[in-house]
Amino acid sequence: MRPVVALSALRPGEGRLVVVGERQIAVFLTATGVRAIDARCPHAGGPLEDGMLSGRHVACPLHLRRVDLETGEVEDCGERVTCYPAAVEAGQVLLDL
Amino acid sequence: MGTTRRGRRLAIVGNGMVATSLLRRLVALRADWEVTVFGDEPAYDRIGLSKVLAGECEAGALRLEDDDWYRRHGIVVRTGGRVAALDAGGRVLRDGDGAHAFDACVLATGSRPSVPPIPGAGLERVMTFRTLDDVQTMLGLAARGGRAVVIGGGLLGLEAARGLLARGMGVTVLHLMDRLMERQLDGGAGELLRNELERMGLDVLLPATTRRIDGDDRVRAVELVDGTRLPADLVVICAGIAPRTELAAAAGLEVGRGIVVDDGLATSAPDVYAIGECAEHAGTVYGLVAPLYQQAAVLAGRLAGDGAARFVAQVVSTRLKVAGVDLFAGGRTTAERGDHEVLLRDDGQGVYKKLVLREDAVVGVALLGDLGPMAAAADALARGARVEDGLALLGAGAAAGAPAGADLPDEAIVCGCNGVTKAEIVAAIERPDGCRGRACVGACTRATTSCGSCGPVVDGLLLAAGVSAEAAPPAKPVCACLPLERAALREQVLELGLRSVSEVLGRLGDGAGCHRCRPALSYYLDVWWCGEHREETASRHVNDRVHGNIQRDGTFSVVPRIRGGVTSPAELRRIADVAEKYGVPTVKITGGQRVDLLGVAKRDLPAIWADLGMPSGFAYSKAVRTVKSCVGSEWCRFGVGDSTDLAVRLEALLEGLYTPHKVKLGVSGCPRNCAEVTVKDVGVVAVSGGWEIYVAGAAGMTVRRADLLCTVGTAEEALEACALAVQYYRENADYLERFYHFVPRVGIEAFRAATAEAGSEARQALLERFRRSRANAGDPWRGVPDVDPGRFAESTA
Repeated sequence: MRPVVALSALRPGEGRLVVVGERQIAVFLTATGVRAIDARCPHAGGPLEDGMLSGRHVACPLHLRRVDLETGEVEDCGERVTCYPAAVEAGQVLLDL
Repeated sequence: MGTTRRGRRLAIVGNGMVATSLLRRLVALRADWEVTVFGDEPAYDRIGLSKVLAGECEAGALRLEDDDWYRRHGIVVRTGGRVAALDAGGRVLRDGDGAHAFDACVLATGSRPSVPPIPGAGLERVMTFRTLDDVQTMLGLAARGGRAVVIGGGLLGLEAARGLLARGMGVTVLHLMDRLMERQLDGGAGELLRNELERMGLDVLLPATTRRIDGDDRVRAVELVDGTRLPADLVVICAGIAPRTELAAAAGLEVGRGIVVDDGLATSAPDVYAIGECAEHAGTVYGLVAPLYQQAAVLAGRLAGDGAARFVAQVVSTRLKVAGVDLFAGGRTTAERGDHEVLLRDDGQGVYKKLVLREDAVVGVALLGDLGPMAAAADALARGARVEDGLALLGAGAAAGAPAGADLPDEAIVCGCNGVTKAEIVAAIERPDGCRGRACVGACTRATTSCGSCGPVVDGLLLAAGVSAEAAPPAKPVCACLPLERAALREQVLELGLRSVSEVLGRLGDGAGCHRCRPALSYYLDVWWCGEHREETASRHVNDRVHGNIQRDGTFSVVPRIRGGVTSPAELRRIADVAEKYGVPTVKITGGQRVDLLGVAKRDLPAIWADLGMPSGFAYSKAVRTVKSCVGSEWCRFGVGDSTDLAVRLEALLEGLYTPHKVKLGVSGCPRNCAEVTVKDVGVVAVSGGWEIYVAGAAGMTVRRADLLCTVGTAEEALEACALAVQYYRENADYLERFYHFVPRVGIEAFRAATAEAGSEARQALLERFRRSRANAGDPWRGVPDVDPGRFAESTA
C-alpha cells in the first residue's frame, strides 16, 4: 500500500483524479469509506472522477453508464474497470497498486 | 381460452392490428376457442411506423403483445409459413407444414400497397411504405442524405414525407389531385395544410402526374408529364392500398373490391369470416383503424355466442398529425346541395375549423391546427346529432369553462382508435381504487394508448371526477428513489423546511438517490426556495460543478456571456489573448452569437475565467442560455424596433437562472424575423406600435413554430411578459421538459391565462418569486477565490 493523496483533499460524493506514474485513478469518499478505480470508462474513455456518485455506483459524465465501485462492473457493456483496495492512515489515503 | 376443455378450433389468417384486436376481445369475453394465428410477422402497431421513421419511437415499442401474453391465453401463433390454400367446404387451411383443420376461420389478411404501372417502378431505391422492413430500408437510405420524392399526397404519403424530412432528406411530394388528402379535406383545409407543410420545408407539387422513373443501377430522377425532372435518391410510392383477397378468391368466396361480408362479418362460405382492410361491407372497404376495430369487436361478440352483434356502416373520421399539424376530418367535408357550412378560419394561426350540416345535423367535420372541438364534433358526427350553435361547437370565442368531455353523452366514443366510450373511462375512474392518471386509464381501458389525441378529454374526465388537475396528467413519482409525485413533494419540502438534496432524500426518499433524481432535486429545490436553498455540488452534474461543458475527450468548453451577441474590440481582444495564452485548440462562433473556446483542461478553468473577466454564459447548464438578436432599428433600414437593445436587456434580466431544460431566446427587429425567434423557447418580434411575444418554438430534434403569447406596447412590458413566461415554466415544468413540450402539454390558453393574462395578484406573486430567484442567482465565474482547487486539479503521487 502506498499513500497517494491526503484525505482532506477529498470531498464527500465528489471524485478526485490521482495520477500515479502512467495510471489515472479516480478516488471517491463514499458513505462507507474510500474507493478507488481506474479513471477511464471502458465505454468511451469518460473521466469517471467527474461522475455522479450514488451509493456504490458512479455514473460516467459522458453517457451515464454506471460503474460499480465495489466490483468494477460497468453497466450495459460487460466490461470492468480495475478496483484498487484502499485504506486511510494518518490522514493519508493508501492504495494497493 | 379453451384450456379447461377441448374447445372448438378457430383459425385466424393474418396477424396485424385488427387480428390482434379480435384476440384481445376474445380473451376479454373468455370465449371458448382454441385459437391458432397464421401470420407473416409478429403483430405490431402499423400506425406507429411513421413515428419510427421520424425517430419519435423505437421499432421495438410497436409490438402489440409479447410472447408471454399468447402463452398465457393458450393462443398458438404460426409465423413464417404462409397459408397457401383455404378449403372452405372441408374446413381446412394448408401451409408449408401441412393441413390444419378448423371449425371456424377468420380472414384478416389486410392489404398491400398498390403500385400504379409507372415505367421504372421496379428500379432500386423505389419502394412502398407498409412494413417494418420498409421503414428499416428507408432509414438506411435516408442516412446517406440526398433527395426523396414521395408519390402520393394522401395520409400515408405525407407521413412518409414527414419522416424522411425529419431524417434530413430533401423531400418533394407529388400528388395527382389539386389538393392534398382530397378524400378527407375540402379545398380550404387542403390549402392550409399545404402551406403548413411548405413552411416546414416540404416541397409540394400539385397536380403532378408521373410519366416515368428514371435511373440506371438505381433511381436517379422522377419525370413528370409536363417534362419537369426531379432528381431523386429515393422514391416512395404511396398511391393507396389494395385488399389482399387472393386466398379467398381461390377458395371460391364472393369477392368484390374486398372479401364480401354481411353485418355479422360472415363471408359467402359458412363459418368463414373476414375483417379488416381485406373485407368489404355494404360496398365499402375501410382503411382506417377505428371502424376495423369495431368489426373486430362485433365478430368477437358473434364468436362468443352473441348472435345479435351487428356491424353497421360507419361515418369514418381520421385524426393525424403531420409534422406538427393537427388534423381531424370525418364525414363529407365538402358541402353538397342542401347542406350548409359553418366555418372558422385564421390563416395567420394556421387554424381552419368547419362543420357541414344537413338540416342542423352534423354530416361532416374538418379541423386543422386546433383540435379543441374534436371530441364533441366527432361525437355529434357519429350520432348525426343536431347542433343549434355550430360556431359555439367550433369554439368561437370559447372561454375556459367546463373541463373537456364534461358535456359528452355517456355513450360517446372518446378514443376513436380503440373504441372506448366516455362511460367506460368514467367507470375506470370512479370504481374503488380507480384510475388517478392518464397512464392508468390507458392501462385499464386502452384509451389514449394509440394516437393519444383523446388525452385532453381523458384529463377532463379525471378532473370532472375530482382528481385534481395537478395530479391528473403525469402523477408519476419523481423517481423510484423518491416515491412522491412532484406537487406532493413540493408541499412536503416547503412544509418541512428541507433545503438540500441530502435532507430531502434522507427524510422522504431512500437516502442515496441516483444520478437521475439528484440533479432533478437540485433544480427543484433551487426554484421552490427561489435560490435560498442549500447547494450540494455532489448532486450536480460535473458541468455544474466546474461551470464548463464536458467534451468527449474529458476537456471542457468555455463560453463567456456576450449579451444579445453584442461585443466590443476590447472584449474580443481579451478572448483572443486567453485563447493564445492557454493554447485553446478550437475557437468557434456559436449558433447563439457568442464565442466558444473548446478543448480547455479542467485545471485551467479558474484562471481563464479570471483572465476573461466576463460573466459565465451558462452554455454547460440547464439554464437561460442566449438571446439572439438582429441589428434592428439602430442600423437596419427595415428595422421597426431596437432589437439589440432589448436583447441585451432581456439577457441581463434572465441570466444566471437555472431552468428545467435549456432556454434559448431571440429578439427580431421586424417581422422579417432575421433572429429566427419563432423557433426559440421565448421570442420577441418588433411590430409597428409594439412587440409580439412568442413561446415554445423549437428547431432541434423537434421543429415547432412558436405560439403567439401576447402583443405588448413597450419594451418594458415585453421584458415583463418574458419574465412571467420563464418563471411560470421554471415553476411548473418537469425537470428536463423543454418549453416546447411543456406549453403544448398545459395548452397555450392555460399558459397565457397564467402569465400574460394573469390577474394582478397572481402576476405580482409570480414576478416577486422571479425577482427573488434572480437576486439569488450569481455568476459562478466570479466566485474564483472561493473555488476548491482540488475540484479542478488532479493530484500526483
